[in-house]
Amino acid sequence: MLRQFLTIFIWLGFAGMAFAQDLQPVLQTHADEIAKPSRSSVSAVLDDIVASGAPQVGDFLEHWQDKTVWQRDADGVFFFAVEGGDDLTLRDIDTGTEITAPKAGFSQIKPNGGVRRLIGTALVQFQLTDPDLSRRQSAIESIARRPNASQLEPLLKSIDPETDATLKARKIQLANFLSASFAPDTDDKVAAINSLSSDTSIEARAVLNQLLSAKQAVSADAPTGNVARVLKVGSDLSQDDAYAQLVAAKLAPPTVSPSAIRDALAANIEGGRVGGIPTAQLGTQPMREAAYAVLADQGIVPPLVTLDEQISAVAAHSFYEVYEENDPAITDAARAALDSIETRVGAAQAVDLTLDALSLASIYFLAAIGLAITFGVMGVINMAHGEFIMMGAYTGYVVQQFVPDYTLSIIVALPLAFAVTFAAGVVMERLVIRHLYHRPLETLLATFGISVALQQLAKNIFGTQARPLTSPGWLDGAWVVSDVIQISYIRIAIFVMALMFLALILFVLKRTRLGLEVRAVTQNPGMAASMGINPDRINMMTFGLGSGIAGIAGVAIGLYAKVTSEMGADYIVQSFMTVVVGGVGNVWGTLAGASLIGFLQKGIEWFNPSNTLAAQTYMVLFIILFIQFRPKGIVAQKGRAAAD
Amino acid sequence: MNRSFIAQNPSVLWFIALLGLFTLAVTVGSEAFGTGLISTSMVKTLGKTLCLCLIAIAMDVVWGYCGILSLGHFAFFGIGGYAIGMWLMYARTEGIVLSSLSGQAIPSTAQEISDAIGNQIFGVVGSSDFPWLWAFADNLFLQLLMVVLVPGLLALVFGWLAFRSRVTGVYLSILTQAMTLALSLWLFQNDSGLRGNNGLSGLQNIPGFETASQADISLAFFLGSALALALGYLLFAWIVSGKMGSVIQGIRDNEARVRFLGYRVEGYKLFIFTLTAVISGIAGALYYPQAGIINPAELAPIASIYLAVWVAIGGRGRLYGAVIGAAFVSLLSSWFTGGGAPAIDLGFYTILWTDWWLVLLGVSFVCVTLFFPKGIGGLFDYLVRKPS
Repeated sequence: MLRQFLTIFIWLGFAGMAFAQDLQPVLQTHADEIAKPSRSSVSAVLDDIVASGAPQVGDFLEHWQDKTVWQRDADGVFFFAVEGGDDLTLRDIDTGTEITAPKAGFSQIKPNGGVRRLIGTALVQFQLTDPDLSRRQSAIESIARRPNASQLEPLLKSIDPETDATLKARKIQLANFLSASFAPDTDDKVAAINSLSSDTSIEARAVLNQLLSAKQAVSADAPTGNVARVLKVGSDLSQDDAYAQLVAAKLAPPTVSPSAIRDALAANIEGGRVGGIPTAQLGTQPMREAAYAVLADQGIVPPLVTLDEQISAVAAHSFYEVYEENDPAITDAARAALDSIETRVGAAQAVDLTLDALSLASIYFLAAIGLAITFGVMGVINMAHGEFIMMGAYTGYVVQQFVPDYTLSIIVALPLAFAVTFAAGVVMERLVIRHLYHRPLETLLATFGISVALQQLAKNIFGTQARPLTSPGWLDGAWVVSDVIQISYIRIAIFVMALMFLALILFVLKRTRLGLEVRAVTQNPGMAASMGINPDRINMMTFGLGSGIAGIAGVAIGLYAKVTSEMGADYIVQSFMTVVVGGVGNVWGTLAGASLIGFLQKGIEWFNPSNTLAAQTYMVLFIILFIQFRPKGIVAQKGRAAAD
Repeated sequence: MNRSFIAQNPSVLWFIALLGLFTLAVTVGSEAFGTGLISTSMVKTLGKTLCLCLIAIAMDVVWGYCGILSLGHFAFFGIGGYAIGMWLMYARTEGIVLSSLSGQAIPSTAQEISDAIGNQIFGVVGSSDFPWLWAFADNLFLQLLMVVLVPGLLALVFGWLAFRSRVTGVYLSILTQAMTLALSLWLFQNDSGLRGNNGLSGLQNIPGFETASQADISLAFFLGSALALALGYLLFAWIVSGKMGSVIQGIRDNEARVRFLGYRVEGYKLFIFTLTAVISGIAGALYYPQAGIINPAELAPIASIYLAVWVAIGGRGRLYGAVIGAAFVSLLSSWFTGGGAPAIDLGFYTILWTDWWLVLLGVSFVCVTLFFPKGIGGLFDYLVRKPS
């Protein structure tokens, strides 16, 4: 045995001196492990191969990983090989000379997945300085995915020669992460940790959290080690958990659960009695414990641990969390860095939440503004408003079937949706609403009938499944400010659209003849009529305008949400609430209502992110309460118009 | 008093007589009686329809007589159903658990039984603890009290808040709609304690009557529903024909004038709103054991709007109109959607009523609102009074 080792060592040394540039001898010393590598043994082999310093090492590791290394059965020599039918094209590892030989007589080296991953890790340092940019990038990403201490050195070395500026910055960032975790020197580590304190990326936080990972510990004496915090039983830790921890640390006997008591009793029934107590009386916990105590006295079962014993056992020990990292300097620095990052992240999250809320508010605004015109200005409740939104979205879908270019199709769809829903609104006004102006509650029911019919009609025509309304390519993706703040372009587009509509509607109502006449009819139809305005025509136009805007909103909503026959129903209640909360008969009121509801909903979701249903419930409750205190909405109408 | 009230309202007598005849006919024709002319599922459908008629007259009183278009009465209906459903489900699960535990050598503790029941009921939402909502679920009497109390209290608080701040008309409608929306959204959550969107199921099995056949149970519920409808009809007819009826109809026609006459409008509205909510809860408690399952979708705002539709089609401001509307539309709806109506072949297109029924309903609803504001019940005016 010893002799064998000696020969190998001598041979190794000899090989190292004489063939510093040849890899094959090194491989031969580990021939068995290379041919049949296992995860436990391969690390040492890899270290030796890398240590040989031969230029072919990177090449060899890649081939090994790709399963293109073959071994000649006769003498165990390794080759790179390409399969071609029954033949192999073999390439000598050191000289690169190629020969062709039949497959028989060679066996393929097939390392398993775990080994290939280890090979990949060793390979990274060669790829870091690879002339090909994309390979360097993939090497960096592979380090980022599974960092380990051995990568730090090659990574640091590769920073200076790096030519690509973006990649260089990324390498420096990654080097900081690695040094924070793995630098051998404490000062280096602390310096690296401090340099992370302004980095809000998820990776940086993960690195710091890793450094701060703590485990729970319990001891009879005062806490030892790098203590993260001391846990107080009762507030930080429940009595039961604390005792369970004691049991786990073998500092206290395990408790006997009620079900274990029952099983023990059931196993020890003798003549209809357990411990002298008839089984029929064992239907209560105290009786069971009494019977169990008898069994325990007889030594048949482990004794019961009473609650008092548990409490005193817990009181006799101290519970605390201790950092896995032993050096307090490092954990303190990491804690400080993490706190500073969290402050920044908190601020960024607030910004992100505001952006989200803005985009939600603009969607509500778009959905509700048409309703605000018909409901607010005319006092007409249009339950079919949601179905006009749906009609607009389906118009967009149909246009996309004919116009394949998405940008063009959206440009066509917007005015077309307006035209379609404008026409539908005018028809509805002429046929139905006109006859019901003095019966507002019946308008609600009649338009509800229309809504039901339109919804079912859409279902019959387009089917129940969701239809796609694809946004143009330039609206794909998101505007990413940082890891925390990002907002999709489509939401920005909807925000811009909402602003444009606000401006447009204000312009129409305040600066045009039509707007003047609309306002006149709203305030006093009789007086307006005697001034030569035709209230019938104005009502028709207003209703058409409100419906047309719903159509355009439908296209916008369809771009980011699904187009179904029920999409209108999803927005109708929200839209009514927006109008009612904002205050009837006022564009600014609708804007205020949409902002309030949007911000409120996002705010509630932020407090309880896992449960959007709860957020909606609370919001509706808030709105109910809000209307109690401001029945006329945020921007209340004044004067005679408000009388009814 | 009572005699003169009936004498003043011959339609009440007519209604009770017709309902009695109908009930008698169904009883004689049912499988439980032995003739088997009417199938058990049909008896259930008719029993459910009677419950819908009961909530429809409640809706008629609050809307047709008092002018409050509540789009939230189905919420009270659902609450009643949930309240009785909790007891039904608890008691039935308790029976199953007890019988499965009885074979054990050692009698179970109360805690073990309660845990096993909780596991059975709430396992589906990943929980096994009893929420506080179920505190009285083991007691039929208390839970029956809940059928009345919970809708009543909710209506009382909600109505007091709304009427106090003079929320009227369309605003009130939207507010009541928001109330049902909030309730159904809350019920949809798994941690609401009412099994989320699974709802409560197996309600057609009545604990204590495990051996009784569904035919007997369905007939019993049918008779119970008929009795409830008759009593509810009498109660509402008495209310709307007395002095109070005049006041609430006055509120409907001109709230401000009634207020200036010195009546406390809010009190009257609150009374009517709460009373109808309680009756709706009772109707729901009778309905859901016949339906067998209740889930949050039943409380969606659309259901309450349909309720208003029934009343409008039947004819507002007359109680028998509401009954006709609810029975007519709900039976017609189940006939059309159940595939009972024959398809119409147009040559190029076949009209399948399962697809087109809602379109027909929507359009006919618009037509009724436009052309027959008095609804189907209005036709009786032509019968009773000779057209002049």
